[in-house]
Amino acid sequence: MAEDHPKGRTVIRPCGDTALTVILGNEISPEINDRVYALYHALLTEKPEGLIDLVPSFASLLVQYDPAETSFNQMKDLVLTLAGVSAEDRTPRRKRIWKIPCCYSPRFAPDLDSVAEYAGLSSEEVTERHSHGLYRIYMLGFLPGFVYLGGLDPAIACPRLPSPRKKIPQGAVGIGGSQTGIYPLASPGGWRLIGSTPVRMYVPDRADPVFLRPGDYIRFVPIDTCTYYDIAREVSRGNFLPEAEETN
Amino acid sequence: MGLKVLLPGALSTIQDRGRYGYQALGVPVSGAMDMEAFLAANSLLGNDRDDAEIEMTLLGGTFTFDSPASIVLTGADMTPRKNGVPIPMWEAVDVLAGDTVSLGYAVDGCRAYLAVAGGFDVPLVMGSRSTSVRCQIGGLEGRQLQAGDHLDFLTASERKPPAGDGLFADEGLMRAERSSGSDCGLGRSAMGMAARRSEAGPRYGSSFSVRAMPGPQDDRFTRAGTDTFFSSVYTMQEGSDRMGIRLFGEKIESVSGTDIISDGTVFGSVQITSSGQPIVLMADRQTTGGYAKIATVLSADLPKLAQMKPGDTVRFVRACV
Repeated sequence: MAEDHPKGRTVIRPCGDTALTVILGNEISPEINDRVYALYHALLTEKPEGLIDLVPSFASLLVQYDPAETSFNQMKDLVLTLAGVSAEDRTPRRKRIWKIPCCYSPRFAPDLDSVAEYAGLSSEEVTERHSHGLYRIYMLGFLPGFVYLGGLDPAIACPRLPSPRKKIPQGAVGIGGSQTGIYPLASPGGWRLIGSTPVRMYVPDRADPVFLRPGDYIRFVPIDTCTYYDIAREVSRGNFLPEAEETN
Repeated sequence: MGLKVLLPGALSTIQDRGRYGYQALGVPVSGAMDMEAFLAANSLLGNDRDDAEIEMTLLGGTFTFDSPASIVLTGADMTPRKNGVPIPMWEAVDVLAGDTVSLGYAVDGCRAYLAVAGGFDVPLVMGSRSTSVRCQIGGLEGRQLQAGDHLDFLTASERKPPAGDGLFADEGLMRAERSSGSDCGLGRSAMGMAARRSEAGPRYGSSFSVRAMPGPQDDRFTRAGTDTFFSSVYTMQEGSDRMGIRLFGEKIESVSGTDIISDGTVFGSVQITSSGQPIVLMADRQTTGGYAKIATVLSADLPKLAQMKPGDTVRFVRACV
């Protein structure tokens, strides 16, 4: 049950006749999220008959299946077995940290002043704290390539705008409550915009349309306006992919 | 070998069975809203299940053919005509070069499908031709059809198996799924229905009843709240679209609000918003959502929801595993 989830237990609930959800916890934590992706990769490797797609999220994994080829009970048994095995896998994974260039110039940051005022900090202090954070990608959703990031400095958390903007430009970097993120596509949205990245988070006609993976980390690297446009030009020619470093 | 769009209708898009394998990256499935009508049209032409069709909404389009073709119309009754003369639905109709096929307002149902022998020739994006307007992919340039658009038909010899790129296909899963000829649950259950209905089209009407299984988050609602959901009549609201059917009726009581830690959604998930009203998530749904899901509509009953119009009513009947 979602409310009183027994610690360490795996709870499986049906979602109609074509899916089940595996609930691995009821909080947002790296440990639970690691278990979600361990199970996700275990199922991808296992490729059970009838599996159609997987949707990993903060603390659960949605398993979509074809009821003509498998059953709820069959899939449930397999998931419980794999969850047991993948929980014992304590192999430490290397951390992949993507360096995402971000321009905090006022041109791209219409809400930076309001975030600073709310936080009781200067604009420089807000962008400094934002670019010092190491953010974990817990999941993708909402739009293709939209990452749900954990790790925002609580000092610069800020409520969403009272009324959402009709159009937020592609690449906008914002703060919404205790989260920060990047808009991969122009979209309506209520987050406060404090910068922009020239990197395209979602390129639908590329073989790998989204380069980020859940479980990866992001760091925002401050750039000036000139560098922003230099990188944007390279991006439009398809010549730019952000750097990633791997650490233990 | 193709057709020209003279009038696009209210919202006409190219759709197929949907884009699976990329939801982990936030890419929605999309695909036909009424899988039963969609699969019936392909089946009646001897097409592949994956061939793309035009899905029309409430008001159909007008199309001129530049070559002879076999076509099938299924789904909502939009009083189709060929050169002004009424033509049947749910059976193959031959058209000649220069013929014009026109559809009007839906007199029964909401969504109609136009299939041509061979399917429409638009590029595969992540293994599917389905249009997602929000993600700017699929169909014609990721948008709804416009007057003046030209659509080519594929012939059997030009057909290629869908390419399997990307995260899920990297692992070989989607390829294995496709080459084994397996079908998604939706398709399989809808195929049987389509075969039974191929002789005479269904009547949709304006009051619907669909089966739904409690969960996955029915524990976030009081017993009274769940009883309300399974005993009340809900009315479809304006603002419903391919992402979700917005309903209004008796307020559903939750234990302590309906916000959850975001998790995955399926076609047919019934979210309850903070105002206590249901939204049934449909083909263009986001891959994940942050509202508790009180129940999930059974796949065989999803085509009924796809044919609802604003003002129509629906009742949810409790189903068990």
